[in-house]
Amino acid sequence: MKKRNKTMTLAVLALSFPMVLTGCGSTKGSANGEVIVYNWGEYIDPDTIDMFEEETGIKVVYDEFETNEIMYPKVESGAASYDVVCPSDYMISKMIENDMLAQLNFDNIPNARKNIGAQYFEQSKSFDPDNQYSVPYCWGTVGILYNKTMVEEPITSWAQLWDEKYSDNILMQDSVRDAFMVAEKLNGFSMNTVDPAELETAKNSLIEQKPLVQAYVIDQVRDKMIGGEAAIGVIYSGEAIYTQRENPDLEYVIPEEGTNVWIDSWVILKDAPNKENAEKFIDFMCRDDIALKNFEYITYSTPNDAARELITDEDIKNSDIAFPDLSQYHNLETYVYLGEDGDFLYNNLWKEVKSN
Amino acid sequence: MTSKNKWLSTPYVLWSVMFIIIPLGMIFYYGLTDRTGAFTLQNITAIATAEHAKALWLSLLLSIISTVICFLLAYPLALILSNMKVNQHSFIILIFILPMWMNFLLRTLAWQTLLEKSGVINSVLNFLHLPNINIINTPYAIILGMVYNFLPFMVLPLYNVLSKIDKNVLNASRDLGANSVHTFFRIILPLSIPGIISGITMVFVPALTTFVISTLLGGSKILLIGNVIEQEFTQASNWHLGSGLSIVLMIFIILNMIASAIFDKEGEGSML
Repeated sequence: MKKRNKTMTLAVLALSFPMVLTGCGSTKGSANGEVIVYNWGEYIDPDTIDMFEEETGIKVVYDEFETNEIMYPKVESGAASYDVVCPSDYMISKMIENDMLAQLNFDNIPNARKNIGAQYFEQSKSFDPDNQYSVPYCWGTVGILYNKTMVEEPITSWAQLWDEKYSDNILMQDSVRDAFMVAEKLNGFSMNTVDPAELETAKNSLIEQKPLVQAYVIDQVRDKMIGGEAAIGVIYSGEAIYTQRENPDLEYVIPEEGTNVWIDSWVILKDAPNKENAEKFIDFMCRDDIALKNFEYITYSTPNDAARELITDEDIKNSDIAFPDLSQYHNLETYVYLGEDGDFLYNNLWKEVKSN
Repeated sequence: MTSKNKWLSTPYVLWSVMFIIIPLGMIFYYGLTDRTGAFTLQNITAIATAEHAKALWLSLLLSIISTVICFLLAYPLALILSNMKVNQHSFIILIFILPMWMNFLLRTLAWQTLLEKSGVINSVLNFLHLPNINIINTPYAIILGMVYNFLPFMVLPLYNVLSKIDKNVLNASRDLGANSVHTFFRIILPLSIPGIISGITMVFVPALTTFVISTLLGGSKILLIGNVIEQEFTQASNWHLGSGLSIVLMIFIILNMIASAIFDKEGEGSML
């Protein structure tokens, strides 16, 4: 769910599309072969890659994507043969459905079972029912970030995003699933519904809200909230710690109607050329000191309990934002893949909202 | 042309096959097939649905307004430049091209920061106790972004064609008793038509297809046809519909180019 670099993607797409064609493919000889990793942009501490190369002698070919939807066709077409990919929950279920993933041999990934909390494997079952294909890497919630000096009462509910007194002070997420999730939770529906009547209601809510919305943005929620440009914004929990550090007036809350719990997990592709090295890479990423390094670098919640124990800053270690106790919230859901028809339905309704 | 000269064009032919012909073929393949690979015109006729038609209409409207504004700003400037001495005008042209040395996206992002509610412009206005301007996330901001980014593409062809007008023709016009208004409408304007057409094409086409400007300055609240196509590829994973709508957009661009070809027979204005 990492979307920091969308703007730069736009730039690259708009200005130099043909140049993206060269990606990876260099196979420089290395003592123990190589592993080709495809991860979200800015989603790893680069030092950990160097450490992996040094310790194992395996060369890492590293490539980045900006959205699940951009990643999928590239992996599916086989235009570039990747070993390890880090998609989000619903995309993993789509890849499982289309038989693109290899079953993991957890004997070769001992750190995963040892360090990753059991509850995260449990949560993963919504998209990977037998925990055969994925190892959680980062997780978080979607919630509301608000500026304490700009609101009259504490924000606790999605319904406050429909409050007219915050007109032109609201930032919504500019992505289909996240925008609809807010409207679906507001109306008490599941965020994975494909019921046309429920979706119609959700769409009408979003249309009703549109005049109040200042802008639909993705990564810019951070900067606009830090700058005091808007009072309320929908944001990923992983960005909340960073924004609070920059502007102490900001507060993050998981709305009472419930929200989305997302998990980005490591998977290995079925036709991966370097399966063994891929398992070594995932195992290395699950090591407590490495997971800690990555957490400190990207500030997205780690499912690695052993790494959490190593956090020295007590405030962060016990932070409700970074590590909320999920049992105290009800109605938390994880996205699942809705099928091609479901996606089509959502996208058409989203276009109706946007063009209204 | 000798066979030796033809051979020299090989690099360009290879280039255009790889980066123009093949991608165009792919767009037509995706645009004319559905998910199962069967032939369909649905992706093309989809332009008639309410959302797509509205997005296309809005794109046409905003890009036409921007083109007109660019023309009204650029023509007097080009006229003044063409009457200047060589060392003077090259300096002013440099000033005009200077912003283009910076990345297009960065310039648009800068406008976002300038126009925001608590942005630079409003801070200055507040300091002077003047009313704020709130055009960010509205169509006005998009037009501003288009005009700002594409103005040089209008100025340069106009300047090019105006500076080539033989001064003797103007002198002859005055000799024969025409005043300056007459000279402008009967001599200068008709002679500059190739530049006008080329300038219009170079502003209108990118303005019609942009999605970056409307995303950044329109707050994604205003859906242009470029945004629809971009979303089909990056969010909806529906390459077929995205390609089909691109074909529709190409029709408008080709219409524009046919118009240029008719007016610009001598190819004078096409050189930057």
